[in-house]
Amino acid sequence: MGLTARSVPRVWRERRIKYGLIGGKCPDCNRTFYPYRKNCPYCGSDNAHEVELPRKGKVISYTVIRSPPSDFSHYAPYPVALVELDDGTRVIAQLTDVNLNDIRVGMEVEAVFRKYREQGEDGIIEYGIKFRPILQA
Amino acid sequence: MRKVYVVGGGAIRIGEHWTFSLRDLMVHAAEKAIEDAGIDKKDVEAIYVGNMSSGPLQGQEHLGPLLATWLGVPGVAGYKVEAACASGGAALHNAFLAVASGLYSCVLALGVEKMSDALTADLTSALIMADDQEYVAFTGTSFVGLNALVYRAYMERFRVRQEDIALFAVHDHKYAVNNPYAQFRREISVDDVLSSPLVADPIRLFECAPIGDGAAALILCSEEFTNRLKTDVLIELAGSAVATDIFSINNRDDLLNLKATRIASERALKMANVDIKDVDVLEVHDAFTILGVLHLEDLGLAKKGEGWKLVKEGEIEVGGKIPTNTMGGLKARGHPVGATGMYQALEILTQLRGEAGKNQVEDAEVGLAQNVGGLGGTVTINVFRRVR
Repeated sequence: MGLTARSVPRVWRERRIKYGLIGGKCPDCNRTFYPYRKNCPYCGSDNAHEVELPRKGKVISYTVIRSPPSDFSHYAPYPVALVELDDGTRVIAQLTDVNLNDIRVGMEVEAVFRKYREQGEDGIIEYGIKFRPILQA
Repeated sequence: MRKVYVVGGGAIRIGEHWTFSLRDLMVHAAEKAIEDAGIDKKDVEAIYVGNMSSGPLQGQEHLGPLLATWLGVPGVAGYKVEAACASGGAALHNAFLAVASGLYSCVLALGVEKMSDALTADLTSALIMADDQEYVAFTGTSFVGLNALVYRAYMERFRVRQEDIALFAVHDHKYAVNNPYAQFRREISVDDVLSSPLVADPIRLFECAPIGDGAAALILCSEEFTNRLKTDVLIELAGSAVATDIFSINNRDDLLNLKATRIASERALKMANVDIKDVDVLEVHDAFTILGVLHLEDLGLAKKGEGWKLVKEGEIEVGGKIPTNTMGGLKARGHPVGATGMYQALEILTQLRGEAGKNQVEDAEVGLAQNVGGLGGTVTINVFRRVR
C-alpha cells in the first residue's frame, strides 16, 4: 500500500482524459498539451478545448525504475519514457512489451491500454496508457 | 520595504538520528540559532517552518504550534511552508517578507525533515508528490526517474559523457570533509560514482543526494533590532525571490531549461542590486549530479550544454571563478528535503562571516543560495551580503 488515499472516484473522474489520451489545444497560441485543462499553460488563454491526441510517437528520453514507489514494488524494474506524439505533444508513460535492453531514444511507439497498479488487495485496479514499440514490417 | 538582516544560525549534523524525533530536530536547531544570535527566545515574534513530508512520513502536520509549544514560546505566529524540496528556501522567503514588511522585527526561519523513520519505498512515494500525482506519479516513475529523463536527454543533445557530469558528486564530497554538519565527511572518486548501483538509468546511487534527518534555522531581524546585538559582522538578506515553472517536464518548451532559476535569480539579484558575476560564493541544489550542471547554466554562469566544464576545469572550487557548494552540496552535506534550503543559507552565512575554516572563500562578501522544489517547479533564490 502506498501513502496516497485509496479512492474509487479519484480514478473514475479522470477516466475519459486518461484512457482517451485527451489533450488540450489552445486556439489563441495554437499549442497543445497533455492532459486537457481549459487554461493554456503557455499563453494563459482560458479558451483551450479538448483534442484527441495522436496515438503514435517516438521516445525522447527514457529511464528504468529500479527503486520504485511503494505502490509499484512488485513491478520493478520497469521503463518510463518521455514520448513525443506525432503532433509534438509530449507525455510521460511507461513502455511495455519491450526488452529493457532494446529501448532506444528515437524508437517509434504506439499507445496501448494497460494496467498500472492496484489499490491494495481489496481496492480498485488502475489502468492507463502505456506505449509499445511499433512492429516493423 | 525594510532591510532584513541574518543575525544567527544553527543546525544539527545531517544523518540518521535514531534518538531524535521530528520535533527534537526542530527544537535543537531553533535553540542553537537563538543562542548564536544572542537573543532571548521571547524575542521571536513569528516562526516559519519549511518542511515537505511530515504528513506522509510522520503523520504529523501543523508544525507551527508544535514547534512554538516545544520551544516554549506558544502565542507567536507560526506555520509550515511547503514547496517540495524548496520548502526551506520558501520558509526563508516568508521570514524575509515578514521583516521587510515592517510587521515583525525578529523572526525564526527553520527547515526540517525526518526521513530515517520511513522505508525507502515509502520515501520514494512521498518524494514523487512533488510532481503531478494524477498524470506523472501515476506512471510509477520515481522522482529520480524524472531526473533520469533529463539526464539522458542532456547527454544525447550535447554529446556529454556521464563521467563528466558525475564529477559534481566528487566535488561535493571533497568539501564536505571540512563541514561539521555534513552527512558524508569523506572523499569519493569518479570511479566510485560510476560503479555504484543504478537507481533509475542512467542515474547511479552516488549521483543522488542521500536520505537523512536534519534541521537548520536562522534568525532574521530588522535594522533597528540589530542595534541591540553585539556583532562585529553584519549580514543582510539583500534579495529574496521565488518563481514557478510549468508543472511536469512533458509540457515545458525545453526539459533542459529550468526557467524558474533564471526568473527567480533575476528578481533576487535586481533586489540586491548585484550581478551574478559579483557572487563570491554559491550554493546550488544538486539533488542529482545533472541538476548541479543545469543550475550553473540556468544561473547564466555557463552556456547550455557546458555547465559540466566549469566543474571539470576547477572553476567551482574555492579559489576558482565561482566557488560553489563549498560545504558539500546536497550530495555530501546531505539533503533532508525541507531543511536543505536553510542549510544552504547557513553555509552562505558561515562563509560571509569568515568562519568556514579550511573551505573559506577569501573575502567573501556576496553569497547566493538556489533551492529547487520538484524538477524546477519552484525555485527560490536568496542573496546575502556582508555589510560590515
